[in-house]
Amino acid sequence: MSKARSAPLRTALIHLALIAYTLVALFPVFLTLVNSFKSRNAIFREPMALPTPSTFSLVGYETVLNQGDFVGYFQNSLIVTVASIALVLLTGAMAAFALSEYRFRGNTLMGLYLALGIMIPIRLGTVAILQGMVAAGLVNTLTSLILVYTAQGLPLAIFILSEFMRTVSDDLKNAGRIDGLSEYAIFFRLVLPLVRPAMATVAVFTMIPIWNDLWFPLILAPGEDTKTVTLGVQMFIGQFVTNWNAVLSALSLAILPVMVLYVIFSRQLIRGITSGAVK
Amino acid sequence: MGSLQLKSIRKAFGTHEVLKGIDLDVKDGEFVIFVGPSGCGKSTLLRVIAGLEDATSGSIRIDGQEVAAVPPAKRGIAMVFQSYALYPHLTVKDNMGLGLKQAGTEKAEIDRRVAKASSMLALDPYLARRPAELSGGQRQRVAIGRAIVREPKLFLFDEPLSNLDAALRVQTRLEIAGLHRRLKATMIYVTHDQVEAMTLADKIVVLNAGAIEQIGSPMDLYNKPANIFVAGFIGSPQMNFIPAGKLGDTEAKTIGIRPEHIALSRESGDWKGKVIHVEHLGADTIVYLETEATGLLTVRLFGEHAYKPDDVVFATPDKASQHRFDTGDRAIA
Repeated sequence: MSKARSAPLRTALIHLALIAYTLVALFPVFLTLVNSFKSRNAIFREPMALPTPSTFSLVGYETVLNQGDFVGYFQNSLIVTVASIALVLLTGAMAAFALSEYRFRGNTLMGLYLALGIMIPIRLGTVAILQGMVAAGLVNTLTSLILVYTAQGLPLAIFILSEFMRTVSDDLKNAGRIDGLSEYAIFFRLVLPLVRPAMATVAVFTMIPIWNDLWFPLILAPGEDTKTVTLGVQMFIGQFVTNWNAVLSALSLAILPVMVLYVIFSRQLIRGITSGAVK
Repeated sequence: MGSLQLKSIRKAFGTHEVLKGIDLDVKDGEFVIFVGPSGCGKSTLLRVIAGLEDATSGSIRIDGQEVAAVPPAKRGIAMVFQSYALYPHLTVKDNMGLGLKQAGTEKAEIDRRVAKASSMLALDPYLARRPAELSGGQRQRVAIGRAIVREPKLFLFDEPLSNLDAALRVQTRLEIAGLHRRLKATMIYVTHDQVEAMTLADKIVVLNAGAIEQIGSPMDLYNKPANIFVAGFIGSPQMNFIPAGKLGDTEAKTIGIRPEHIALSRESGDWKGKVIHVEHLGADTIVYLETEATGLLTVRLFGEHAYKPDDVVFATPDKASQHRFDTGDRAIA
């Protein structure tokens, strides 16, 4: 910010607010991470304290890695999340392109219908979805989860992407048509690279709820082979005894992959923004 | 090669009719300019010719061949857009060569044509750059180069100079004129700027509200406008329109006199008036005056003149150069 447009007090207050928010947002993550490295007694005695040599313990991580197939759960979570994001981005972008680019009867109606999903939570249809999956023989498969999450992510994806695609210059698409590019080539080679920031936004918004979801894995794929991380953690939470070391360790580990995905997408996001700015 | 015939082209979006029956003949090698106010349908007409929009009815023939069912890439046209519309992820060379590559042209032939176009447009030093690394004028030259490389029957220009600054606009205008002389290609050019139209065109098509008002050479339109719309649109500053009754002409409804066809004097003349405002442009002086006989009058004088607001002056029109219009706003021959 330039000197002429900033007052020191104002800047200080803004930073204070931002720092406060950052602390609030990071606190649960901090608490989880710190306590995952402590012994069980230390967790209950002083939950806020950092691990010291006397309280440091890796028992949680040992339990997680020895009990149950956590590597498998991670793999399941990753497969479901990545496949769902890929499907949401591909089909969502194609639908958005059709809605924003072509004039056809019922275009507006179709757009509204697809946006309806933003307002109506997909969980309302759980019973019907379960019946459908049973009938299709997809219960206890990762496919069932991928299908449901794709449906869950599409409305917002189409809504955001079609708004962005309206901003892509018509001249550019027409130049492609005159140069003999097919509509698919125009979509993949001209339009998609220009809406990459929007794609990254959609990917992040789609990813987090899928990774954290407990509901659909519990109902559609509770089998040992198809358990996701969030479902796997549940086995350490008992009615009478909860293995907090293991729960916290598993959650700490669960942060990692999602963080890696987030970093990848947010770099795309920033690159998209800056490439637009210096155009 | 490169003629174009349009027969009763109509285009409607829903119930809104944008083109109301356009008939036009463009001969091989002609430079034709569509000019008109915004919303007159000139860009839509160009898009219909390019095949980017379908006409609701009517026939389009390029070189005598009906092209209504032919996709844009196969019509033998090339188009230059107002916003350049370069592919951001391709280098200048690939931008120019993409159309040929899509058509399956051999690489050596593509290289030869790109080299020819780039030397014609002085783009050789920039061939490896991407559009983001070029200035506005260079980008527009690349866009023109992309059109040249296709060696089309028909060049279509959609307001290609609107995004350039004034100095660059004049320079690029000269380049386009030179290009037309060298390539002897048929060019169709859309603009709302009558100066571009007057300076570049062999033939100007004046459009208004989806219909053709007049077709003619620039000097035809200037000297013999067919109606009030064309008379007012061509020429700057705009022609003065005076109700004929005020001048004692009972046959016509409106008399039109161009600002450059009025003489001013401090001593004597036909119409006495008072100066309201003066614009000194160096080569020209534009004087706005209010006269009892005609109301507001614009006068264009050549050279510098020392008129000031509130000066009393006399204006005398050149009777031989006045235009008379009937009650239907058509010119009386």
